[in-house]
Amino acid sequence: MILHKEKSPPAARKYLSLFRIRFINGMQYRLAAYAGVATQFAWGFMLILQYAAFYKTNSVGFPMSLAQLSTYTWLQQAFLALFMTWFFENEIFAAITGGNIAYELVRPVDLYTTWFTKNIAIRCSKAVLRCLPILVVAVFLPAPYGLTPPVSLFAFVMFVLTMALGLATVVAFSMLVYISAFHTTNAGGVRIIAATLADFLSGALIPLPFFPDWLRKIIEYTPFASMQNLPLRIYCGNIAGVELWRAAALQIVWLAALIVGGWLWMRASLRRVVVQGG
Amino acid sequence: MRLYLRYFSIHARSLMQYKTSFFLTVFGQFITSFTGFLAVWFMMDRYHEVQGFDFREVSLCFAVMLMAFSLAECFARGFDTFPSMLGNGEFDRIMTRPRGLIFQVLAQKVELSRLGRLAQATLIFVWAIPASGVVWTPDKIFTLVMMISGGIVVFSGLFIVYASLCFFTTDGLEFMNIFTDGGREFGRFPFSIYGDGILRFLTYAIPLALFQYYPLLYLTGRSGSLLYMFTPALGCLFIVPCYLLWRLGLRHYKSTGS
Repeated sequence: MILHKEKSPPAARKYLSLFRIRFINGMQYRLAAYAGVATQFAWGFMLILQYAAFYKTNSVGFPMSLAQLSTYTWLQQAFLALFMTWFFENEIFAAITGGNIAYELVRPVDLYTTWFTKNIAIRCSKAVLRCLPILVVAVFLPAPYGLTPPVSLFAFVMFVLTMALGLATVVAFSMLVYISAFHTTNAGGVRIIAATLADFLSGALIPLPFFPDWLRKIIEYTPFASMQNLPLRIYCGNIAGVELWRAAALQIVWLAALIVGGWLWMRASLRRVVVQGG
Repeated sequence: MRLYLRYFSIHARSLMQYKTSFFLTVFGQFITSFTGFLAVWFMMDRYHEVQGFDFREVSLCFAVMLMAFSLAECFARGFDTFPSMLGNGEFDRIMTRPRGLIFQVLAQKVELSRLGRLAQATLIFVWAIPASGVVWTPDKIFTLVMMISGGIVVFSGLFIVYASLCFFTTDGLEFMNIFTDGGREFGRFPFSIYGDGILRFLTYAIPLALFQYYPLLYLTGRSGSLLYMFTPALGCLFIVPCYLLWRLGLRHYKSTGS
């Protein structure tokens, strides 16, 4: 074990400490986080009431039980920071358009990995600050409206695993938007359009089971279904059995494709980057 | 008013200097509200109705909310970005000028990119007004206009409350979003579906339901009560406590010193 530690490559340690710096930095904004908790709690509450109204009108056509849906909603609100597709680090865009990228390029680190790590770290710090109060309160809410325990230990383990991979998928997707800023002078438009579509297709507005079946089947083949959709539905038992394994395998394939694609695109973009003096 | 138009045209012209960026943002705003509409459509397509309201009636609701919100945001955006105005000392400069403060904050920023949302709302109206099954007699048209204008006033009031609270906290309060953005998002459906408690809260405390749920009842013929036609006017009274809060905050104001 000790031997292994000594041999651990310096590269990994480099990014690990980068992660730590950004994470600790993010943890400083406690007060903002508590305000966020209150907002997200109220938001989740209204969402559940909205679905409950549909449920009361017609419970037969419901693709999930109300308890499953409440659980889905509370987890979604608690871990919002991990899965929000519309969150970007403004300093990265500023570095690209402002020319500060020159400083980043001279550092002995891989730029893709650096940005990737920073994004993961800031999202984790936000989620850690916010998730606990929401989860604790949601557990104590009355029956169909509260957060239920995971359906099984297996589901819980798979939930944690797919959540980690889902976070990586979201970040790998947003890396593509960062890289697109090398090619457009104004990233704002691409950013808002990509973020909005991803938000919708990943099931942040309404969970994928509520989509028309034909559309849901198509989306389930895209990387968007690997974001929040997969872990949250595994937790509440809406995806299980063979379907679970297939979706999890697809998640790994998409994650690898997004990372490799993004990394290659970044390398190609950096080769032609021109930093103007000034 | 002339001065405001001046400011308005300055903002518009400065935006037009970056045409591509402007149109992309407008398009982005359009997409944002469009996915919201798709979500409503998917839900209504699956269930056909929610507590007696069908898709066409819900669309009317959606369009009223979206139009009121985007118009309010277009003009009252200065209040929305107020924390930064306080933070960078811009507000101190404003206070030295010989014009009304509220006027100047209003004129400080005009957010034309909200046209994307406005276009979305207009499109839904174009479809929903003939499809809704409402017989558009003058009183019904009047009610619809009341709903939208009442909505603009109430949302503007909420923006003013948000700005006023900044006098005390310097920073923006994220919690206010549940009333502004939340009002827009959850107001896609008649507020009655969220239960009596929420409806009462949105009637007496934050009067979002006064320009949405009650006049909608009159519009769709569920209620013949003329009172419901005029509830948006009652909702406009909300601006009074908002203004008082603004005055109170102003008296409390100490510069941030930057």
